[in-house]
Amino acid sequence: MKQRITTLGGGVLDALRAARELWLVYVATIAGVVRGGRRKGDIARQMYSIGNRSLVFIIVTLGFIGMVMTYEACLQLSRVTGDYSQIGSQFVRLIVSDFGPTLTALMLATRVGAGIAAEIGSMKVTEQIDALRMSGVLPIDYLIVPRFLASLVMTLVLATLGGMVMYLAGGLTAHYSFNVNTHIFFDLQFLRIRHVILMVVKALAYGAAIPIVAGFCGLRARGSSEGVGWATTAAVIGASFSVIVLDFIISAVALWVTGGDL
Amino acid sequence: MFVEPIASVGAGARRIAQEVGGIVVMTGQVLRALVPARPLRDWIDTRELGKNLYKMGNKSVPIVVLTAFFAGGLMTLQTGPFVKKLGATSLAGWGAGYAVLREIGPILIGLMFSGRVGANNTAELATMTVTEQLDGLRALAIDPVRFLIVPRVLAMVVMLVALTVIGDLVALLGASVVGRFMLGIDWSTMYYSFADNLKPYDFLHGIYKSIAFGGAIAVASCYFGVTVRGGAVGVGRAVNAAVVAAAVAIMLLDFFITYLSA
Repeated sequence: MKQRITTLGGGVLDALRAARELWLVYVATIAGVVRGGRRKGDIARQMYSIGNRSLVFIIVTLGFIGMVMTYEACLQLSRVTGDYSQIGSQFVRLIVSDFGPTLTALMLATRVGAGIAAEIGSMKVTEQIDALRMSGVLPIDYLIVPRFLASLVMTLVLATLGGMVMYLAGGLTAHYSFNVNTHIFFDLQFLRIRHVILMVVKALAYGAAIPIVAGFCGLRARGSSEGVGWATTAAVIGASFSVIVLDFIISAVALWVTGGDL
Repeated sequence: MFVEPIASVGAGARRIAQEVGGIVVMTGQVLRALVPARPLRDWIDTRELGKNLYKMGNKSVPIVVLTAFFAGGLMTLQTGPFVKKLGATSLAGWGAGYAVLREIGPILIGLMFSGRVGANNTAELATMTVTEQLDGLRALAIDPVRFLIVPRVLAMVVMLVALTVIGDLVALLGASVVGRFMLGIDWSTMYYSFADNLKPYDFLHGIYKSIAFGGAIAVASCYFGVTVRGGAVGVGRAVNAAVVAAAVAIMLLDFFITYLSA
């Protein structure tokens, strides 16, 4: 019994300590962004590895999920009313205000989050981080800040692109499987400027969260190859979960601000 | 000057073909090992299977429950305002429940499972591979596929289905909680809305998907685990490749299952 309580308390203390460390990494990253003094081309290189190299992955996954979602929605409608006139305009509202940025970020959390944690984690266990510190370079400024800035930009770009791919794939599915006229599907009448603002806010929040959580997990890697594996796993889970929680919080606040008329 | 881009496209295509081929070969080996062997006690290592069932299933319950709760809540947040505008609160459970049972539940739980269990499994097998433990097994005339991979694949398929069942239930609960406290939809309205609009088939559809997702996650994670090369860096890269492959496989399978079963 006493041992159980000890394990439970130990778990809580570990979680609190990790949360504090995560917060410190976050603060240090923001401080690093303000301080500036980055090497030329560093951010561009990170943008290439986060953005360009995720392009095919994002297009394939979001294209397929766009097809599935339209297919399921049309299938339901065909059983109830058979009226497809609003499906496209509601679909684009949902894509812009939620599915586009969130699903893109979930995919990026697996690809980019795992990549960052694996890279920083292997540097940690091969003592390259200590070498950086010894040469008077702050590891967070050198490693996390460029990834943070690159991810802020690239998540927004990829979320826009992913949303467009989803919309297009959905329109084609509706046209070929359910004979929905493309003029009726590609109709932006329900899209408001507040949906676009919501999308930008969400994409920026996810773009900030993914590299910080992943970098934090990478810096905590210990041991050898097993430690890198653990760090990468923790990064994928942490980044995906923070995307879902941020989505929930931002959606709830947006609903509250607009008075239930999102 | 055109040679370089063409060469890189070709190299990428070759790498993808090699990985897909390797995964297919491993699927074949796993299926062959599932044919009952003689003597029967050599068939499946039950101790390894039990250990993996516990580690992959029981230990993933907290993260799956949390994810599912937020995912269910999000679905009500997205469909709720629209439903309320139409004044048809009795349909709130239809939209949220249908999306959760057929799509969002299996996909999100699959992605989280891939991050936690699949990535972890790759890290473990990759560490064993780089420390030459797999060669050690072979030297003792123990088939690594039968001893290590088959129990893991079985455990992942069984446990993803079990976790999806739990997760679906929690997600519907999350949808009701958000509906009650943020949109003011009564518990009973939500309950009857679920009961009247959701068919057992919708639930089963999600379960079929989770069987396929579990198999895909398992085989991909084992494949990248045993084919790893080169130390800690290699382990990180293998985990990254495994989660990306699992995410693509989940989206593709989701589309084909939806399309074929309609």
